[in-house]
Amino acid sequence: MSAAGHALALQGLTKRYGTFTAVDDVSLKVESGQFLTLLGPSGSGKTTILMCIAGFVAPTAGAVLLDGRDITALPPEKRDFGMVFQGYALFPHMTVAENVAFPLRVRRMGTAERAEKVRAALDLVQLDRFAERRPSQLSGGQQQRVALARALVFDPALLLLDEPLSALDKKLRAELQEELKALHRRVGRTFVNVTHDQEEALSLSDRVAILNHGKLVQEGAPTALYDRPRTRFVADFLGKSNFLHAAVQQGGAEAMQLAIGATPLVQRILPGAPHPAPGTKLLLSLRPEKIALLADGETADNMVEGRIATWSYLGAGFGLSVATQDLGMLRVTLPSWGAPIAPAEGLAIRLGWSASASVPVEEDAA
Amino acid sequence: MAPAGQRQTGWWLLILPAFLLMTAFYVAPIAQVLAISFTEPQPGLGNYERLFTSESVQRVIGTTLRICTITTALALLLGYVLAYRIALAEARARRWWILVVLVPLWISVLVRAFAWVTLLRRQGLVNQALMESGLVAEPLQLVWNEFGIVVGMVHYMVPYAVLPMLASMREIDPRLLAAARGLGAPRQTVFARIFLPLSLPGLIAAGVLVFIFSLGFYITPAILGGGKTLMVAEWIGLQILDLIRWGLGTMMATVLVVTILATLAVFSRVVDLRRVFGSGA
Repeated sequence: MSAAGHALALQGLTKRYGTFTAVDDVSLKVESGQFLTLLGPSGSGKTTILMCIAGFVAPTAGAVLLDGRDITALPPEKRDFGMVFQGYALFPHMTVAENVAFPLRVRRMGTAERAEKVRAALDLVQLDRFAERRPSQLSGGQQQRVALARALVFDPALLLLDEPLSALDKKLRAELQEELKALHRRVGRTFVNVTHDQEEALSLSDRVAILNHGKLVQEGAPTALYDRPRTRFVADFLGKSNFLHAAVQQGGAEAMQLAIGATPLVQRILPGAPHPAPGTKLLLSLRPEKIALLADGETADNMVEGRIATWSYLGAGFGLSVATQDLGMLRVTLPSWGAPIAPAEGLAIRLGWSASASVPVEEDAA
Repeated sequence: MAPAGQRQTGWWLLILPAFLLMTAFYVAPIAQVLAISFTEPQPGLGNYERLFTSESVQRVIGTTLRICTITTALALLLGYVLAYRIALAEARARRWWILVVLVPLWISVLVRAFAWVTLLRRQGLVNQALMESGLVAEPLQLVWNEFGIVVGMVHYMVPYAVLPMLASMREIDPRLLAAARGLGAPRQTVFARIFLPLSLPGLIAAGVLVFIFSLGFYITPAILGGGKTLMVAEWIGLQILDLIRWGLGTMMATVLVVTILATLAVFSRVVDLRRVFGSGA
């Protein structure tokens, strides 16, 4: 397989069903060879966008461009995109090899070349031994790999994945995530994936586009999205977050002084971010794992005292809910190995975090 | 396993009354029919010899097989188109389509046969329309022949063809059709390589059902054939009721039953017959 990916662009993509707007003016670019994930809760329009890209749904407005060429009006069979459907959609009356050969057969490829390509594709997903089985004789993970082989065998311009791992159990899902990532690196094609699983999105993708109510909320590299969420929705949907309502006391070049009640806070200002005037109300997102337990005498940019209200053991860590005077209930996660305390309800502790741990976010428009 | 065995016997006892009833009123008469075919008018295989020697017997069988084959083919064709349309329709439209298909089933077969006679006879609506439009100069012979029988039988059989095919089409995952298109197959290829093979069990089931029903048809051929074209059931009636040739009539009845059982036996290896007749769906 050649390593030529194709670039995809969506321009003002909109889909309305009657008065309901499923996709609302979404513009996106996927560079050649990138792995893009459309992430959102159910009903966020992510699947509709994928179906518009695949050609099964005609957008009400906007355009789909492949390498700059408008393909909005092209029927799905003419787009040359590989697609892995939810539930895989393997043809039950054909063997694994016949399933994989199907896209080659409809392209009228010669028998010898077809057999060669099918074998290569099954090799790629390590299913060569199962060529003569029926899909019903395979496990879920194997079926998923057949679907991948079938979608890749004809060197598609783009690979579309509709919740490819959602039907698998947790352990298998993690395994196939690894495989999918390795596969993407090996074939070097442009992948567009749809999922509601934020872990999957973070671990697989080069870029993630977060959708809510049909709108594109934020798009970027996984680390950028996780560390610098733009809105409360993004912070909440990608991982867990505490939200703090603080008032600006005093601005500064690189950091500002804030306060919640009688508790002073320091917040770093990211380069290019606005400098809010004193008195402005800010919403801060603070990840539970970025809060540390302070030993006696230890200091941090931000410090707060509290008591453990509830706690749970999560294996790799402890999840604590800490009641504080001014900040309300704070969620904190601590690594359980080498934890300096044994959590207990009512235990008084001191928490601290740096000025760059938290990040100001926008309240989402209702 | 003794207690389990006893429990089994208990369950079997429950169906004993039904079993006795069936034996008395169903199996016994058929056995008697079988017996008569070997004993009347004199003991021996004389009646069955007629299958090979009598031209009229052979003609009746030939006519029946021909009409049944044509009826089955046409009913399957019309039924498949209908079932396809219904299977791909939206939920609301689907309910109306199914109602339209089922309504004829609730109208007496007698009423429907006479309705076709009034439509197809020489002064009927069809001939009038054809003559007024200038397509034909003389009225066409549309009824009291094989054509009339086939029209009436196809009309009767279409719902029986639609239902098993629809059931099997509804089981086809629509995502398979989308997947095939997404993989580059044009619509006609999707139909030929995905939809048709997956609906084949329903098609075979409907074919068996319609063919078997057609073999024993009595009222429709009797009315629309006008006594000129005889099918097996009417011929048996004629032998027993009018000509009092019990041996010949029961011989043909036995042949009919054996043919039906043989057809079922052959196709039970191909399709799941319990599904054809509506259970386990």
